Amino acid sequence: MSNIFKLAARNLFRYKRRTLLTSMLITLGVVAVLLFIAVSGSFKALMVGQITDSMLGHIQIHKKGYLASIDSLPLNRNLTGKQLDKIVQVLAEEDGVEAYSMRIRLGAMFSNFIETTNIRLNAVTPTDEIKTAPLLSDRLLAGDKEGLIKQGEILIPELLAKGMKVKVGDAIVLVANNKDGSVNGQTFVVRGILEGISGPGGRDGMIHIDDAKSLLRIGTAEVSEVAIRLKDIDQLPAVFARLQKKLGSIKTQQGGAVFEMHTWEKISPFFNIAKMIDLMTFFIKIMLVAIVLVSIMNVMVMAVYERINEIGTISAIGTLPNKILALFIVEGLLMGILGTTIGTVISLVSIAIMNVTQIRFDFGRQTGLLLSPTIGVADVVLVVAMVIAIAVIASLQPAWKASRMDPITALKHV
Amino acid sequence: MSVVVAKRLVKTYVSGDIRVEAIRGVDFSIEPASFVSFIGPSGSGKTTLLNMIGCLDPPTSGYLQVAGQEITSLSRADAARFRGEHIGFIFQDFNLIPVLTVFENVEYPLQMVQEWPRQQRKKRVMELLDAVGMADQGDKYPSQISGGQKQRVAVARALVTNAKLVLADEPTANLDRETASRIIDLMKQMRDEFNTTFIFSTHDQRIVDSVEITFTLEDGILHRQETMTGGMVGGDDV
Ligand SMILES: Nc1ncnc2c1ncn2[C@@H]1O[C@H](COP(=O)(O)OP(=O)(O)O)[C@@H](O)[C@H]1O
Ligand SMILES: [Mg+2]
Repeated sequence: MSNIFKLAARNLFRYKRRTLLTSMLITLGVVAVLLFIAVSGSFKALMVGQITDSMLGHIQIHKKGYLASIDSLPLNRNLTGKQLDKIVQVLAEEDGVEAYSMRIRLGAMFSNFIETTNIRLNAVTPTDEIKTAPLLSDRLLAGDKEGLIKQGEILIPELLAKGMKVKVGDAIVLVANNKDGSVNGQTFVVRGILEGISGPGGRDGMIHIDDAKSLLRIGTAEVSEVAIRLKDIDQLPAVFARLQKKLGSIKTQQGGAVFEMHTWEKISPFFNIAKMIDLMTFFIKIMLVAIVLVSIMNVMVMAVYERINEIGTISAIGTLPNKILALFIVEGLLMGILGTTIGTVISLVSIAIMNVTQIRFDFGRQTGLLLSPTIGVADVVLVVAMVIAIAVIASLQPAWKASRMDPITALKHV
Repeated sequence: MSVVVAKRLVKTYVSGDIRVEAIRGVDFSIEPASFVSFIGPSGSGKTTLLNMIGCLDPPTSGYLQVAGQEITSLSRADAARFRGEHIGFIFQDFNLIPVLTVFENVEYPLQMVQEWPRQQRKKRVMELLDAVGMADQGDKYPSQISGGQKQRVAVARALVTNAKLVLADEPTANLDRETASRIIDLMKQMRDEFNTTFIFSTHDQRIVDSVEITFTLEDGILHRQETMTGGMVGGDDV
C-alpha cells in the first residue's frame, strides 16, 4: 500500500503546477466554508445571546392567548394565583432551569411635565431579572448598573429619552389604566437609559414590580409573563418538551389549555435570520462540493489520458486492475488531503487572527458588537471528511477507466 | 516440457466489414532456455503472435499453452496474474516508469505485482542491476540515462521475478546498431545465467546472426524455421 502512495505522490509531484493549482482551488473552497461557518456562527451566537440574555430569556410562559394580543399588553390575560403556584412548582422540579423572572407588562402614559407620550413597560423583580437576563445591565447607556432597579425608579428606552429630552435623575409621571377602567398616576425618577435592541420588547422601559402593582392597583399575585433562562441553551428542545408536557396538560374547565409556552425562536424575528444563515452555509457547502468534484475529476481525467502508455505497461507486466484503480484514486485522495490540510490551517490561523484583532461590527441599531469567530471540531472534521470523500468520488470514474484499459490498446497509444 | 506450445493458432481481427487474418494457423513449440526470434517484415504478424503468447490478446482459434497452462480463455484479472507470475516483457520504447528510479523500476514487479518482502527485494534488484551492468545507476531516473541503458534496466525488470519466459517485441528498433547488438548479447548472456527463455521479434536481418532459433513470419504464416546452433525446436513447416 505504501508504494501506491509513493507512486501517486510522485506522479502528483511530476505535474507540480497542476497539482498545486487544483489543491489551491480546494484550499480556497475549504477556507471559504470554514470561515463562513466560524463568522456566521459567531454572529448567530452573539445575536442569540443578546436576544435571550438581555431580554427574552430562552423560554417564556404566558396565559393562553397572551402573545397573540401582546400589542395591546392586555392586563386581563395575566397569570394569577394557582396558575403561578403551578408554574413555580414545575420550574423548581426542572433541573435545566437556571433562573426565571416573573414580569408584569403594561402600557402607560409617560409625562415629563411638558409633553406626554406612550410607553411600554416591563415590571420586574430586579434580583430575578438579573439572573434571567444577565446581559440586561449591558444595555444601560447611562445610569447605575448595580441592582438594576429599585422602587420609585424607571429605566427608559433610548429613543424616548431622546424624543422627550429626559436625562438620568429627572422626575417623570406614569399614568396607567387599571383593569377596572380607573386611572392611576405615580411619579418616578429616571435611573437609567436602556439601549434598544431588535425584537419584541426591545424598546420597552422598566420599573420595579411593586410599583407596577400599586400603579395598576393589583393586590394579588399576578404576572403577564414568566421568562426562563436555561443552564445550557443546547438543552432547549429537551427542557421545553418536558415543561410543555407538565404545563401543557393543564386544562381549563372548558377543556382549553391554560398556558402557552414559546421558545425564544418563536418570539424573536432574528430566528428567521439565523435560519437564513444556516441555509447559506448549506449552499456554500454545496458549492465547495462542486468545486472539489469538478477540479479533481478534471485533473484525474487528464492524468489518466496522459499516462495511457504507462497504464498499458504496468498492466502488461501484471499489475492487477484493482491496483491500477487504487493508484489513481489515491492520487485524487492525496490532492484532496493536500488542499484540505492547507485550507484548514489557513482557516484556523485566520480565525485566531480575527480573535486577536477584535473585529467589531454593527447590526441594525446595535454598534460595536465584538466578533469572536470560533469553529467546532465537529464542523472542521465534517468539512474535511466531506472534501476528502468527494475527492475520492471524483477520482473513481477516471481511475475505473484506467483500470479497465486493454493493455495492447494502451501500449499502442501515442 | 515446452514453455510454449501452439497448435493451429489463428488470430483474425475484425473491424466493421474488414477482416484481417493476422495469424493464419501456426504450429510451433519452444523449449525452456531457448533463444528464439520471430523475423518478418512489418505487418507480418510478429506483434500479434507475441501478444498472444504474452497472454495480452486471446487467439481467435487454436490451442496455446504457455508455462504449462492453457491460456486461451483467461479472465482479465487472471491473465494479469498469469503475466505477472510467468512472463517478463521488454518493450520497443523501453517503457520504464518515469517517476521511479532505475532501482525502483526493477523493483516494481516484486512490489506491485508479486509481493516480496523488502530485504529480499533489495537483494534481488541489486543482483539484476549488477547482471545488466547498471548497479551504479540505481538512483537515476529514466530521463537521466541513455536508450541502451534504459533497455538494460528493462531487461533487468523483465527478469527480476524469475519469469520462465521473456517476450521482447522489437526490443532494438529504437537503438543504434551497436547498442542493439549489445542488448541482444546481454539477453543471450542472461539466458545463460538465469536459464530463461527469450522470445523476441525483429525485422532487422542483421541482428539475427546471434540468434539460435529463428521463425520467419510472412503474412501470418510461419514459413520456416532455422536452427543455427541448438536443436530445441519442433515445427511442422520444415
Ligand atoms: N487491432 C488490430 N485490428 C486490426 N488489424 C490489426 C490489429 N493489430 C494488427 N492488425 C493487423 O494484423 C497484421 C499483423 O500486424 P502485427 O502483428 O502488428 O505485425 P508486425 O508486428 O509484424 O508488424 C497487420 O496487417 C495489421 O494491420
Ligand atoms: Mg510489431
